[in-house]
Amino acid sequence: MHLTVWTYEGPPHVGAMRIATAMRGLHYVLHAPQGDTYADLLFTMIERRNKRPPVSYTTFQARDLGGDTADLFQTACAEAYERYKPQAMIVGASCTGELIQDDPAGLARALGLPIPVIPLELPSYQKKENWGAAETFYQLVRALAGPHVPPPGSIRAPRRAGEPARCNILGPSAVGFRHRDDLLAVSHILERMGVEIHVVAPWECTPADLATVGEADFNIVLYPEIAGQAAQWLKRSFNQPMVTTVPIGVGATRDFIVEVARCAGIDPAPFLAEPPGRLPWYSRSVDSTYLTGKRVFIFGDATHALAAARICKEELGFDVVGLGTYSREFARDVRQMATCLGLEALITDDYLEVEAKIAELQPELVLGSQMERHIAKRLRIPCAVISAPVHVQDFPARYAPQMGFDGADVIFDTWVHPLMMGLEEHLLGMFRDDFEFHDGAGSSHLGHGSHAPSRERAPEPVAATAIAAAPQADVAVAELPAGEPVWAAEAEKELKKIPFFVRGKARRNTEAFARERKISTITVETLYDAKAHFGR
Amino acid sequence: MIRGQLDSLALPVDASPKTGCANPPVLRERGQREVFCGLTGIMWLHRKIQDAFFLIVGSRTCAHLMQSAAGVMIFAEPRFATAIIDERDLAGLADANEELDRVVVRLLERRPDIKLLFLVGSCPSEVIKLDLSRAAQRLSQQLHPAVRVLNYSGSGIETTFTQGEDACLAALVPTLPEAAANHDSLMVVGVLADAVEDQFRRLLAGLGIEKVTFLPARRAHEMPAIGHSTRYILVQPFLTDTAMKLEQRGAKRIDAPFPLGAQGMFGWLEAVAKAYRISPVTLENVTRAPMERANRAIARYRDTLAGRRIFFFPDSQLEIPIARFLANELGMNLIEVGTPYLHRQHLAADLALLPEGTQLSEGQDVDRQLDRCRKSDPDLVVCGLGLANPLEAEGITTKWAIELVFTPIQGFEQAGDLAELFARPLVRRARLEM
Repeated sequence: MHLTVWTYEGPPHVGAMRIATAMRGLHYVLHAPQGDTYADLLFTMIERRNKRPPVSYTTFQARDLGGDTADLFQTACAEAYERYKPQAMIVGASCTGELIQDDPAGLARALGLPIPVIPLELPSYQKKENWGAAETFYQLVRALAGPHVPPPGSIRAPRRAGEPARCNILGPSAVGFRHRDDLLAVSHILERMGVEIHVVAPWECTPADLATVGEADFNIVLYPEIAGQAAQWLKRSFNQPMVTTVPIGVGATRDFIVEVARCAGIDPAPFLAEPPGRLPWYSRSVDSTYLTGKRVFIFGDATHALAAARICKEELGFDVVGLGTYSREFARDVRQMATCLGLEALITDDYLEVEAKIAELQPELVLGSQMERHIAKRLRIPCAVISAPVHVQDFPARYAPQMGFDGADVIFDTWVHPLMMGLEEHLLGMFRDDFEFHDGAGSSHLGHGSHAPSRERAPEPVAATAIAAAPQADVAVAELPAGEPVWAAEAEKELKKIPFFVRGKARRNTEAFARERKISTITVETLYDAKAHFGR
Repeated sequence: MIRGQLDSLALPVDASPKTGCANPPVLRERGQREVFCGLTGIMWLHRKIQDAFFLIVGSRTCAHLMQSAAGVMIFAEPRFATAIIDERDLAGLADANEELDRVVVRLLERRPDIKLLFLVGSCPSEVIKLDLSRAAQRLSQQLHPAVRVLNYSGSGIETTFTQGEDACLAALVPTLPEAAANHDSLMVVGVLADAVEDQFRRLLAGLGIEKVTFLPARRAHEMPAIGHSTRYILVQPFLTDTAMKLEQRGAKRIDAPFPLGAQGMFGWLEAVAKAYRISPVTLENVTRAPMERANRAIARYRDTLAGRRIFFFPDSQLEIPIARFLANELGMNLIEVGTPYLHRQHLAADLALLPEGTQLSEGQDVDRQLDRCRKSDPDLVVCGLGLANPLEAEGITTKWAIELVFTPIQGFEQAGDLAELFARPLVRRARLEM
């Protein structure tokens, strides 16, 4: 048993729903108690889908438990088939359905429906949403494309001369972070390269489409969390190579083009020569010098966290000071990247740990999920959202991909806008006592919400803070434990002249400096000694 | 009296209730139910009881429900959490009770402000028969007197949406202090917004009733006393078990329509006045001004709503009193009024005020109900969040039912707001020219 106030991932059957809802002509019959239908709103409200997810729930109640829940399940299956006439069906149980051990697989089989019925075993008490999505997608691909697997040792017939290469795009699913727009961005790239798209799955594909997935020349794995397992199986079974570079960022997009070209047997040079969007120039332009060395904390699913780390380091000139993920299945990749950056990865699904880490590191920018956005807001650190779990805001009306050169441009804007603009930062430093330009004024581009970073702000902050006992940026002097250095009044006054957004850091640095040198009273001298010591 | 009062205020076309339908036709259905489970009640219960914490003993699904249904991350102080059962608990590798004790101790260390802890049962905890009442007793003894630990079930196999509040309040009743024999107080039962509670208190004081208590109170140690001299009146129509527990403690129910709309609120106060033998003149004096205000506020929406046809999917059990309000005070036509459960006794007064022949349905088979709904070509559909956008995409105007639970809608001063909630989707549809 573990205590959870909030969770990054839903249960595995929600992952299965994300696959089923993305597809057409598939129906999911879920053995689940009344109440589990809440999951529909993820799709109809958060993603604003205009159809109900293709899911029938048995919604059993206590009175059914004494009777025949198995019968209830069979009725639901039969009625769902009758009403929706799907090409294929997936059947399984939610966490409570799993406990009553009714064997949905056997019950569905016994009905003898004239369509493929694919049973799902999603252990709710061990696994989570992304695993559930990956497993469901894999089971679907295996069940539907399986009958078409060539005998072992067969050799793929070579493409006829002049025929374009064909690929599948695997991974885009319902309620995914920008999947809709990423798919468009990647499709544009492939179109320009003259590569044909055979099947996109699960996004808007049918079971019949999935059955033909082995006909393509290669697979593109857009989201390894969802499509990795299925793509591995396709590689083994159909000898289809796979493109695994996720094209988020300029460098990754170039790598992606090279990898696609290799799989398609074409020359990538002409496509690499095309202008790579605006990010490279914007990042070189002088206003961006203020981005140099900004301390960034990154947390999200593995795909987006890894991509963000590379962009921060190579394309924006940030310092990555923290990197983590809640995708335990990909912990190794994230650890590896963290090691390259000289960091220790934070692998956790407890947001309180993430909050404590952010509070400790006091980064200048947080890139995370909606939860990190809340944490950053509480700690008054600029933040941009880079990863699921999603919120209605993550489904913007406009085209806003993360992938391809288009995506890189979106990312530049999204990550840089929350930061203090270059000149403004300097002006704040110069005119810190200006009557309109003081600490409380906030920066102009952050709008009304950004005001009043005083401690009397509205009672918005939160239990989570209390729970984590997160160190506050501005700890009052009196609260320092015994043995801690004490601020002299003059030094305290001087500290106030430092712009508020770096003051917390200055305070901490100075105190650490004093502690190290066993200085008991921090004077103005100490403050500037510390400044010289830490630089910047 | 109700009729006289309404006539004197020149109510709408359809205002004077027709013969009513004490025995309306009810369609009983069993099938897929598109409703929340009782855990969802924690959303408003934890805001109401300000030093209570709700610890769900459940699965990842429960935790996910709570964060998804709230539509928010944690932006206000959350006084709820989930102790997620994992495979070690199920396999018996870990003693579930020891695990629970550990989780509770950890929680209370972090939240010393908590005075009342509810262990909330879920589907998985019920199915594996985790005895939360014993756990609550054990923990209560350990933590006495700092924290009282109670338990109830919000599981979907036992409770539908608002029944979670019923289960929670029912768990509180046995712990209420015993009232003195001559205490003679009026207990108002059911969660109301604080502002609405204050309005009710003022109106009752106007009638001369000063000894008024509310269940639940805003703080754990302020929970009202109860005894044989206590009379209670419900403000929510879903409090079946709570009412039973209150009667077991000797309290007597005042039968009344629910305080939704001017008619409902007046009827509610009238029932109290009768029970307390307060003269109709006093009642009239106390209610005249707010009643006029309420009717003015309601009248603003009558043009939009009168004659429109409305279809209710089952959701909060508030459907019947709200349908009564919309039919009688706004002139809407009721196509079908779905409710998860129909408590005939508690709803007797409201049922009697429904237009004759109103089609009710109890329980749900969502696919069949959608068929009926589409076929009936309604002007407005009241439904849950899973259905609203799909219906809108089909061109059907909807009102999300959940707003009826999260918005203060009871009482005279909120009657206009309640009408507005139904007018808004129609007004919006009329505004958009695309």
